[in-house]
Amino acid sequence: MTMSANETPLLELRKLEKRFELDQGFLETLKFRGGKFVREKRDVHAVNGVSLQVTRGEALCVVGESGCGKSTVARLIAGLLTPSSGEIHYEGTRIDDKSRHDLLPMRKKMQMIFQNPYASLNPRMTIKQALEEPVRYHNRALSRGDVEAKVADVMQSVGVDPSWMGRYPHEFSGGQRQRIAIARALTVDPEFIIADEPISALDVSIQAQVLNLMLEAKEQRGLTYLFITHDLSVVQHFGTRVAVLYLGSVCELSDTATLFENPKHPYTKALLSAVPQLKDDKPSHIRLKGEIPTPINLPQGCPFQSRCAHANARCMSETPRPLTQPDGSMVACHGVEEDRLLS
Amino acid sequence: MSLLSVRDLTVKFAMRDGNVTALNQVSFDLARGERLGIVGESGAGKSITGFSLMNLLSSPGYIADGTIQFQGQDIVNLPDAKMRNIRGNRMAMIFQDPMVTLNPVLTIGQQMVETLKAHRRLSKAEAEQIAIMKLRQVYIPSPEERLMQYPHELSGGMRQRIVIAIVLLLDPELIIADEPTTALDVTIQADIMELLLELCQSAKVGLILITHDLGVVSQMTDRTLVMYAGRIIEAGSTREIINDPQHPYTQGLINALPQQTAPGQRLKQIPGSMPSLTAVPKGCPFEPRCAFATDVCRSTPPEIVRHAHVEVACHEVNRLHAPQQEGQSA
Ligand SMILES: Nc1ncnc2c1ncn2[C@@H]1O[C@H](COP(=O)(O)OP(=O)(O)OP(=O)(O)O)[C@@H](O)[C@H]1O
Ligand SMILES: Nc1ncnc2c1ncn2[C@@H]1O[C@H](COP(=O)(O)OP(=O)(O)OP(=O)(O)O)[C@@H](O)[C@H]1O
Ligand SMILES: [Mg+2]
Ligand SMILES: [Mg+2]
Repeated sequence: MTMSANETPLLELRKLEKRFELDQGFLETLKFRGGKFVREKRDVHAVNGVSLQVTRGEALCVVGESGCGKSTVARLIAGLLTPSSGEIHYEGTRIDDKSRHDLLPMRKKMQMIFQNPYASLNPRMTIKQALEEPVRYHNRALSRGDVEAKVADVMQSVGVDPSWMGRYPHEFSGGQRQRIAIARALTVDPEFIIADEPISALDVSIQAQVLNLMLEAKEQRGLTYLFITHDLSVVQHFGTRVAVLYLGSVCELSDTATLFENPKHPYTKALLSAVPQLKDDKPSHIRLKGEIPTPINLPQGCPFQSRCAHANARCMSETPRPLTQPDGSMVACHGVEEDRLLS
Repeated sequence: MSLLSVRDLTVKFAMRDGNVTALNQVSFDLARGERLGIVGESGAGKSITGFSLMNLLSSPGYIADGTIQFQGQDIVNLPDAKMRNIRGNRMAMIFQDPMVTLNPVLTIGQQMVETLKAHRRLSKAEAEQIAIMKLRQVYIPSPEERLMQYPHELSGGMRQRIVIAIVLLLDPELIIADEPTTALDVTIQADIMELLLELCQSAKVGLILITHDLGVVSQMTDRTLVMYAGRIIEAGSTREIINDPQHPYTQGLINALPQQTAPGQRLKQIPGSMPSLTAVPKGCPFEPRCAFATDVCRSTPPEIVRHAHVEVACHEVNRLHAPQQEGQSA
């Protein structure tokens, strides 16, 4: 995947940062230090300077450890959170400083599928009501019967029995709900989908069905995806490029084939080795030793340093910058830069 | 005596338009320290199986038939107070939806302390120490700080791990884990799996692992049940089922994995979809999607019988299971 220099990316993140305040109450911020009370506020550094570009028609997959900031990035892009600093541009227009009202036209083009299938549907709306709303919105001329037929089509396309459209979300299993949420996002006919672990709750055969549906939409309508998942076989199948996030920053960014053939960052290597295999029953993954760092107290130097077998003095003190490699991938690692990692 | 023994468990939902059968004569056993995987189509009844074992089915769902014995004691008809004592304490479930366990208005610390104090005589400080230790066991960094946070302030995967920590608080003898690692990345998943494995091996905890991740099933379990439309359609040793699946649905499942198709190509999905509970066919429930279906499949539901090294519910298994299908290698 190459990006021509003159084409405006569909989405661009520039040095995006998000911090959450950890201590909300006044009393909680009071700490006893050196014999007197001082006010000390602590933050969760969820996203720390993420810069990314998403080109039209691609499927950029975001992977990384639980809690590394993937959902936060997704929510920042969808306008559900405001960045602490940095900028978000959509089709060349800055969107992070716009009001909800100004963003309305944008909202139709961008749809988000949430991580938790139990939270993505309104519990008081029947499935029919939930699906009708976007269908009506986009085809105001449709008759009642046509709307219902379209809703039935949508349900069928994700393998949920249309005769159940009058039922409420709690009457469906986790996977059935998630499929309905996906169907809902697709009916709006968006150009960009932010999908936060959309298929993690689905069994393999339904996963195949939904992935095929999403691939089709990509090919036929040129849909663009930001796809968050921890299932690496799905990444390999669906992604055009992959961004590996660690503790709120990108540690490796590469096209999919390159990443799987030649992972470079030590964290990426550990990640690829941990995928459970179907046929062998002896797990042989690279165990990450050492203290798991926390976004509450960001470590000095490289964010991965405390768990890295190759860390040296420089890694402890200096934060590595992302550097472009000969094969086009970007890696933020002193060891890779100095060419001292033996694979 | 086995830890758990389930016979002909049948669960129904009373619906506006009549009763539907969500579980149909499900039978299985679990020994102490044994690890059993449950896989199957979304909506097949895996979570309902877990709820039934915990005696947590709520109206309109009810157990219509069958028995569940936990250490020789029938728990289907146990009085509420007795069941509450078993639940959480001796058997515990990691729910698919973490928010079933987590109370949104309490901090993580409050919930863990409360759970502990409900079953054990402990001071708050002692309970907190145990909570911190369990959080550390599930690889939550800075557990002391996390105790003060509310569920919505945590990432999806952290919530899932906290639920696991809560389940581990009381050292249960049976753990039912419903998709315990769906929100976790593979490195943490591997660590959590190792932790569960260790519990089964050293503390002889029985584990029922509900998951759609066949890789996880393959590495974690001794035996596997495959469910479809409320029934067990294939059961046997995990190795046999993964290497040599007998039921056409199980074969389709393994073929649908992304590893079985070149990147970017259409995945081999099983045609059609599982019937909803209101429209289960009268013969074999998989028949409408099955390439091998015959007249008998359309008219009569197959019994589960021993075939090759597993048990399977399929009329055509002899004919079908000639040579290996193509494209089976990983
Ligand atoms: N309250 C309810 N009323 C009616 N039907 C229900 C209710 N709860 C669950 N069901 C039905 O019972 C069936 C089994 O549900 P269950 O949650 O056990 O599925 P599952 O195998 O866990 O699926 P998943 O993998 O998607 O979580 C589903 O078809 C669902 O529609
Ligand atoms: N509303 C909030 N208040 C405080 N902290 C928050 C809030 N939302 C997220 N965080 C913190 O931000 C960090 C990143 O969370 P995020 O949900 O983005 O992780 P994630 O990469 O999506 O993880 P997962 O794979 O587990 O879903 C976590 O440490 C989390 O606790
Ligand atoms: Mg998340
Ligand atoms: Mg379920």
